[in-house]
Amino acid sequence: MPIIEVKNLVKEFGKVRAVNDLSFSIEEGKITGLLGPNGAGKTTTIQMILDLITPTSGDILVFGEDMKHHREEILSKVNFSSPYVALPNSLKVIENLYTFARLYGVKNIREKVEELADFFEIRAFLTKMTSSLSTGQLTRLNLTKALLNDPKLLLLDEPTASLDPDIADRTRQMFLKIQREKGISILYTSHNMAEVEEICDRVIFIQHGKLKDDGTPEDIIMKYGRKDLNEVFLHIARESTKL
Amino acid sequence: MKIHRINALLMRHIYLFQRSLPRIMDILFWPVLELLVWGFLSVYLEKLNITSVSVLTFLLGAIIFWDILNQSQKAVSISFLEDVWEKNFLNIFVSPLKLSEFLSAAALLALIRILLVAVILGVLAGLFYHFNIFQFGFYLIPFMANLLIFGFSLGIFTTAIILRFGTAAQILAFGFIVLIQPFSAVFYPVSSLPQYIQYVSYLIPSTYVFEGMRAVTSSGVLPVWHLVLAFATNIFYLLLVVWFFYRMFSSVKVRGRLMKLD
Repeated sequence: MPIIEVKNLVKEFGKVRAVNDLSFSIEEGKITGLLGPNGAGKTTTIQMILDLITPTSGDILVFGEDMKHHREEILSKVNFSSPYVALPNSLKVIENLYTFARLYGVKNIREKVEELADFFEIRAFLTKMTSSLSTGQLTRLNLTKALLNDPKLLLLDEPTASLDPDIADRTRQMFLKIQREKGISILYTSHNMAEVEEICDRVIFIQHGKLKDDGTPEDIIMKYGRKDLNEVFLHIARESTKL
Repeated sequence: MKIHRINALLMRHIYLFQRSLPRIMDILFWPVLELLVWGFLSVYLEKLNITSVSVLTFLLGAIIFWDILNQSQKAVSISFLEDVWEKNFLNIFVSPLKLSEFLSAAALLALIRILLVAVILGVLAGLFYHFNIFQFGFYLIPFMANLLIFGFSLGIFTTAIILRFGTAAQILAFGFIVLIQPFSAVFYPVSSLPQYIQYVSYLIPSTYVFEGMRAVTSSGVLPVWHLVLAFATNIFYLLLVVWFFYRMFSSVKVRGRLMKLD
């Protein structure tokens, strides 16, 4: 059974159709990249999966169940991280983690926080104010928060945006580690195609809110006869501006 | 509803409160300053001996009850705004948290804030002006309950408006309650208002509390209909604003404005 099943999804904002009859499914235990140029409908799709935006029509099934009737059950097994969504700066790191652990009903909060603090190597700054963390440390904190509830599905919206190449590389290694050691399914958006090529088992290209292509990075590169995924992206994005 | 999620939101506010000077001032400093200003004015007016009633009791009672209402409203709307300012709103709403739990945590926070303010102002008014807050006896409970509910309703209403129109409307979180004050007969009886404004005044639940407070002070008895009308109007508004809040939240989700709430 797919972890996410999106069927004929449509989202209209007034006269603008941001997502247009989009259908795809995400397999369990894989890292899937949701790609497309700016305005293609990636973030809108992710937000509909998370029940932050109500679709105009279509269905989204997560773990085989629809959000409308099983929101609490679904969201307790899902988590999300984005550099554009912050944790409160005026709390200490440990207070933020305890707050979200309570929100997700984590048993043995202390043990869980310590386990993840070791995993992401943030134990040294648990008692620091969140406002004092560097961008790289904040990324690790956000990921720690995102794993507090042992999610079966993790949605990552441009998680390495604004990170320097070194921290971005370390962060990617963490995603691979999470997926390998915890078996979590990850839906990932990024504009860094080298990164996507490195870590995604499969990519879904969206263009004008519609499914453009779907396959492994290797298959997609071969299909478009390009050197790498970046060239495929440029081809699709430029084709998209011509339309 | 899950207690652990309500507890999570409450604990977060306690963490914030511990080291936030503006939050501490909001409960400890500004209400106390207001009490002192009105207290000294009351002492001065008492010395002038221009009325047969105790100005001190009327004004200090009014200012304490007004602060209780104010704290209840702020507990809801400012705590919501804090999540918006911190860009943390989405983190909360991608968790399994329900709107009912979000509102329940806000109600509990309002209760904690009004109890703190009532105790602090009650003690200080007793120390400085020999004002006994327990002179209202049993009525203190329904008075505070009505102010808590009405402040909570005002807080939900302003939060719903901010949700719908974004932080451009955040001034309502600070200023909306001031619009209520002239019609709520806080410092003067409803009878001193023009007739047509009195009709408006009687639509506001807090009016019955302030009128009731004056009735208890002057005669020792509270007309039962004051309490009945206070609770009736309060329940009506509470149901209305909760419905309105759910409608606005749903509308914001349809418009895709939740992530753009800043």
